[in-house]
Amino acid sequence: MEVRALGKRYGGLQALVDVSFHLSQGEMVAVIGPNGAGKTTLLSIVAGAQRASAGTVEPGPDQVGWAPQQQAVYSRLTVAENLELFAHLEGVADPRAAVARMLEQTGLGERSGELVGRLSGGNRQRVNVALALIAQPPVIVLDEPSASLDPAQRRRLWEFVCNLAGKGTAVLFSTHDVAEAGRLADRVIVLVDGRVLLDGPPLELARIGAGGAEGDFESGFLELLRGAQASAPAPGSREPGS
Amino acid sequence: MRWLLAKDLLILRRSRVTLALLILYPVAIALLLGLAISRSPSRPRVAIVDETPPGQTVEVGSRRVPVSEYARELFSQVQAVPTASRASAIAKVRSGEVLAAVIIPPDIASRIASLRRASIEVLYDGDALEQSLVQSSIDAAIARANTGFSEQIQRPTAATLQALLAGGETGLLGGPSEAIGLSRMPAALDAIIARQPPGRVRTELQRVARSAAFDARELTLSGDVLATVGQPIGVRSRLLHGRRTPLDAFAVVVAVSVSLMFVCVLLSAGAVALEREEHALARLARGLLSPWALLAEKALLGAICSFVLALAMLAGVGAFVTLDWSRAALWLAALALAAGAFGAMGVAIGALAREVRAASLLSILLSLPLALLALVPQDSVARGFYDAIGVVSFVFPFKAALQALDAAVNGSAPAIGGSLAHLAVLTALFAVLARVGLRRAE
Repeated sequence: MEVRALGKRYGGLQALVDVSFHLSQGEMVAVIGPNGAGKTTLLSIVAGAQRASAGTVEPGPDQVGWAPQQQAVYSRLTVAENLELFAHLEGVADPRAAVARMLEQTGLGERSGELVGRLSGGNRQRVNVALALIAQPPVIVLDEPSASLDPAQRRRLWEFVCNLAGKGTAVLFSTHDVAEAGRLADRVIVLVDGRVLLDGPPLELARIGAGGAEGDFESGFLELLRGAQASAPAPGSREPGS
Repeated sequence: MRWLLAKDLLILRRSRVTLALLILYPVAIALLLGLAISRSPSRPRVAIVDETPPGQTVEVGSRRVPVSEYARELFSQVQAVPTASRASAIAKVRSGEVLAAVIIPPDIASRIASLRRASIEVLYDGDALEQSLVQSSIDAAIARANTGFSEQIQRPTAATLQALLAGGETGLLGGPSEAIGLSRMPAALDAIIARQPPGRVRTELQRVARSAAFDARELTLSGDVLATVGQPIGVRSRLLHGRRTPLDAFAVVVAVSVSLMFVCVLLSAGAVALEREEHALARLARGLLSPWALLAEKALLGAICSFVLALAMLAGVGAFVTLDWSRAALWLAALALAAGAFGAMGVAIGALAREVRAASLLSILLSLPLALLALVPQDSVARGFYDAIGVVSFVFPFKAALQALDAAVNGSAPAIGGSLAHLAVLTALFAVLARVGLRRAE
């Protein structure tokens, strides 16, 4: 995936400024940043759910699976019905086979007949992610996928996602958990006020916090933020609510 | 689009309470409105207390008209509840058993006979609106009874005058068995005069003959005068344009139109708002379905369900009210275009509202006044207010749907073509509004 010079403006607010990066096959890239940095805006543009004010994204949304931050699932349909519906809408050749495959991959087989509205938050999130994967896209975009999960569910989810990446799927995800990003991602993009402050391996972030030596990710992240605040020209280019 | 439609129908089938409410609520509202329109209180239920002594009569010349005739006339104009006493009548009015009570006083016959104005007493209860409605319907019933009783009195009077004019057998009136009759009297007198020699007697007879001729001529007119005084102005009605819709058939059209609107608007609006509430809109918007297709699917959902319900209502009501089934093709056209317009209005509401509850509330808040405003008769409100109502009714589809369906079912004016074109234009306008609303949500 190639993202070039992406910009997004909401009226007078500049939510994204000249964001560029690439994503290789099987790579896991984490987008981190403080609240309002533009993470959700960036991911939803990459997924084709929003239009950019400037820049390009390749490939198009038909090659990208997307699990939004707010679970976009039909609570009055069962797990299987949700999967089948989106398999049809995505134009999957054999929707039933795709549903069976996703139920198996996500471990939701036993819950396939349950209404999604009656599932736990963790299982709903698994359905949310499963819907992003139903068409087997080469790229998946996950917006804070582990936010509402307990530790066990979180571990299961990341095992599943890492397994996908191991099979060649490129994964772009956002998270508030810097340590999680450092642990799981091949590369980290730090986004502050809609601008990319860092795009590199997690170790690069860790070194910033330790003055060049190998330190922890959170210290590096906080150091990066402090530096950004000190050099910020003027406030007012924040994305609302992301 | 068909998969999303199938999904919405499945969700609807699962939401049984919503489904039941969605059908029962508009049907109940529609039937209530229909009944209110078709069952105006033309024969109010009235307690009648006749205090006149049994067998009392009003004397008209030598003839007698029973006072009970008046009560009989009154009985024929209302749903009469014969009541023994004034106290009992008051109790019945207070309990709501009857709308009003009419008390015929014992001296009514003597007052009429002595050419004094007789009066009856009317008792009613209720709030200002009820009083106004009851009073006008009772006044109308009493006016009709008065006219009928007046005819009862006129008839023997006219017969007596006719006997006096024509002569013949007047024994029943207390006259001779072979009376000459006033109209034949001048000729009889002229024959006598011709045999009289000139002189004072002949002159006197000639004067009597002239008077008799004048009296006969004037009395001949009195019958017409009596009829004119009894009912001075008659009514001859003529409809200037279109075909008059029977009230029952119009009530059917109102009931069906209201149901169509409620079901279609609520479903379409709710379905769009539900996509937003479930956060699925963004997922669908990323190329899975175009915004126009999404709106069309939601409008179609409401239109299909409401169309089926409205058609079932028409067919069901058709068992009780005479409907012209040969016009069924026009019914289908009117229902289809009306459902389309209501569907477009529904998706516009759904796109503007952020959640299902808000969309439902907005749908009801808009639909109910629209239905009521469309039924406000001309000249029942001030001209300026009626014009304002006309503008509101023009920019929303209910009035056009009502007119289209009335034209389709009853062949009434205005012609169906104009209403269908109006509905098509409104469908397009509301669809654009819905697209703008959806863009705000994207």
